[in-house]
Amino acid sequence: MIPLGHYLVLSAVLFSIGAAGVFLRRNLITILLSIEIMLNAVNLSFVAFGRAAGDLDGQIIVFFVMTVAAAEAAVGLALVIALFRHKESLNPDAFTSLKW
Amino acid sequence: MPELVVFYLFAALAVGASALVIGQRNPMYSVLLLIASFGALSGLYIQLDAPFVAVAQIIIYAGAIMVLFLFVVMLLNAPREDAAEWDRTHPLRQPGMTRWGSLLAGLLIVQLALAFNKMTELSTPVGTRADAATVSSVHELGRSLFTRHTFAFEATSILILVAMVGAVLLARREDHA
Repeated sequence: MIPLGHYLVLSAVLFSIGAAGVFLRRNLITILLSIEIMLNAVNLSFVAFGRAAGDLDGQIIVFFVMTVAAAEAAVGLALVIALFRHKESLNPDAFTSLKW
Repeated sequence: MPELVVFYLFAALAVGASALVIGQRNPMYSVLLLIASFGALSGLYIQLDAPFVAVAQIIIYAGAIMVLFLFVVMLLNAPREDAAEWDRTHPLRQPGMTRWGSLLAGLLIVQLALAFNKMTELSTPVGTRADAATVSSVHELGRSLFTRHTFAFEATSILILVAMVGAVLLARREDHA
């Protein structure tokens, strides 16, 4: 079997890529995609730890994380559409005012 | 070591595709590359004896969430990025605190490396062949979901309802209100 550390290092690398995307990119859609990358990195470590512990709870929490990710994507994308209608831009720095 | 080769293949695909998601200027390519990354992750779940998670990953993530993203990218007509303006507003180019705040992200990597240094079980194999049948059983997964985790499962339905109402309300045009 593959050592547990391999999965954890892969998960850490994916999470760092996602975090870098949130900090470095200036596009709301890419930022949401980076959040999905981070959620998936955490899912991978949940499944790996669950497999190491030999029970099913790791897979069950992944099920719930996926549901929350779906809800987050739906609301997040609705917000992006609403923001784009007002400013015709996806640059997060275009949305600096609290009210328009 | 055929399974180690398969692991490295999927891991390289996942990391490479995710890195390209960040590197793309065109959000359409980003979404398609992320689907490739999710496919590789689903292969890793199969290797971890989690077939239910692997299938859910393809159906929910690649099939539903990413299609939602694709719809929005196409609906907004994938605006051309004005490279000059976007570079000018980049956080690493801002003066003072903004730049240092962004560099704190680099601290995350240092933190993760330190955490790995402290762990001792890194080289133990992730489970044995003997318990593969119990861990990969969808039957047991469903039983656990509807007995021990019933409350969380039902709470999820409320969450999805709220998300649906919120999405409809937010994306609606104001002049129809």
